[in-house]
Amino acid sequence: MKEKPKLIDENGRRIDGRRPDELRPLRMEVGVLKNADGSAYVEYGNTKVIVAVYGPREIHPKHLTLPDRAIIRCRYHMTSFSTTERKSPAPTRREIELSKVIREALEGVIFTELYPRTSIDIFIEVLQADGGTRTAGITAASLALADAGIPMKDLVAGVAVGKIDGVLVLDINEVEDEFGEADLPVAMMPSFKEITLLQMNGVLSEDEFWEALKLAEKGVMEIYKAQKEALLNKYSRVKVEVEE
Amino acid sequence: MSITPTSGRIIPRLRKDTILSLLEKDTRLDGRRLDEYREVIVAPGVIPKAEGSALAKIGSTTAIAGVKVGVGTPFPDTPDEGVLTVNVEFVPLASPTLEPGPPDENAIEIARVIDRCLREIRAVDIGKLVIIPGEKVYIIWLDVYILDHDGNVLDASMLAGMAALLNTKLPKVEIDEKKNVKIVREETTPLPVNHKVVTVSIAKIGSKLIVDPNLDEDDIIDAKITIGISDDGRIVGLQKAGSGVLTYDDLKLAMKYAKENAAKLLKILEEKSNTKVDLDDVLKSYIEGKILKHQVV
Repeated sequence: MKEKPKLIDENGRRIDGRRPDELRPLRMEVGVLKNADGSAYVEYGNTKVIVAVYGPREIHPKHLTLPDRAIIRCRYHMTSFSTTERKSPAPTRREIELSKVIREALEGVIFTELYPRTSIDIFIEVLQADGGTRTAGITAASLALADAGIPMKDLVAGVAVGKIDGVLVLDINEVEDEFGEADLPVAMMPSFKEITLLQMNGVLSEDEFWEALKLAEKGVMEIYKAQKEALLNKYSRVKVEVEE
Repeated sequence: MSITPTSGRIIPRLRKDTILSLLEKDTRLDGRRLDEYREVIVAPGVIPKAEGSALAKIGSTTAIAGVKVGVGTPFPDTPDEGVLTVNVEFVPLASPTLEPGPPDENAIEIARVIDRCLREIRAVDIGKLVIIPGEKVYIIWLDVYILDHDGNVLDASMLAGMAALLNTKLPKVEIDEKKNVKIVREETTPLPVNHKVVTVSIAKIGSKLIVDPNLDEDDIIDAKITIGISDDGRIVGLQKAGSGVLTYDDLKLAMKYAKENAAKLLKILEEKSNTKVDLDDVLKSYIEGKILKHQVV
């Protein structure tokens, strides 16, 4: 068994040098795939995810159709090389659960009633996993949905807060998740401060929970800013091309 | 792949409208207050052949949990811990909408939420389940079957599962000189349990929060939050479900409701953990429409 490393040093810094309320370096690109109707690539430090959105498009098989709105199909999947030990490409119970909670985290944000009898398909591939893959997946998925031109109430931004060596920290990485006391993934519609995903694995007092949620909101707002920049970036490039 | 459900139970528009208009007056179709749990029955030890078992009813929602104990090798990353595996099955006898087959995303989600609520707080003391460190450990299989689906199956499954663990007798083992391990089912000790854990599920319909949704309510929820609470009052798990959103105010109220109802559920677990009941008696309670008075052994 691996020894538990010291997660917070005497200066209050984390294992990768961050302060407790600091995100990892963010990278976001929108429109990275040719075939998809919308796509995005997001990095939270060493966590790398790519998302494609197809649709609204016709549904096969037809019996899944809803007469009054679009259905959402969502697949969260980890590539076999994304983890230290090879992961079998077959969907695990974890991936099945996460596909569901991610679908639910995005479904309430999309104006599905605008596209009855269609499907909007969201495919999330985790290319490298270093903690926070579901929240990075949601952040990227909402960018890809925006890139596909699908009307939404707001973007959705996600981040995980953890408790490590008794300290609440923002955007936990894999080591902090493995040896920490709690992991609280949160996704929000930043403009409304409404929560679309909330899970918790671990043990927290009620006071710690509220503090953790506040920390998550701080992270969400920073990620939201980066999301808007990423979208602006792509479309200002498009604008320049059109003008030329 | 997770797909927007399209083949669920259809709830008549009239009944949905009634539920919604009653909620506006802070009441519910079955007469409950918004923060009121249904009647709860916990019946431990209903399957004597299992090492531990319990049946739990919340209203007419019924879940039966069984614990089987085996011996196996530990996970490589936890050589000094036994193994606890949680599985939940939605069997077709529980509802006309359920079909046979491997657990779907709903069953998997419930099993994983229960697993998480038990794991980090070490509700079961898996450190005490080692037979030969790194080689042989006890494996505890906790399997929950839903028998009657009338909403809020997560809380019922957790209640049945926890009661079954509290009721579990760990068989002794004999180790020979070749390190072969033999289970001696005749001699037992109680399974080491550190904490009792319950979950309280609170649904959001429109802008109202209701505790312990029944099936009609479950079918029209916007969102749901399940809060796992331990006997020492800590939060041991959270899971939001449904495509609606939750505000901070929703969460504050949900937390209050959860704490109040968790105390009641924990008290029932405490009282019932050493009672003995027969399966037919507790199932009969549905027909009789009343809670049985269990005799304390």
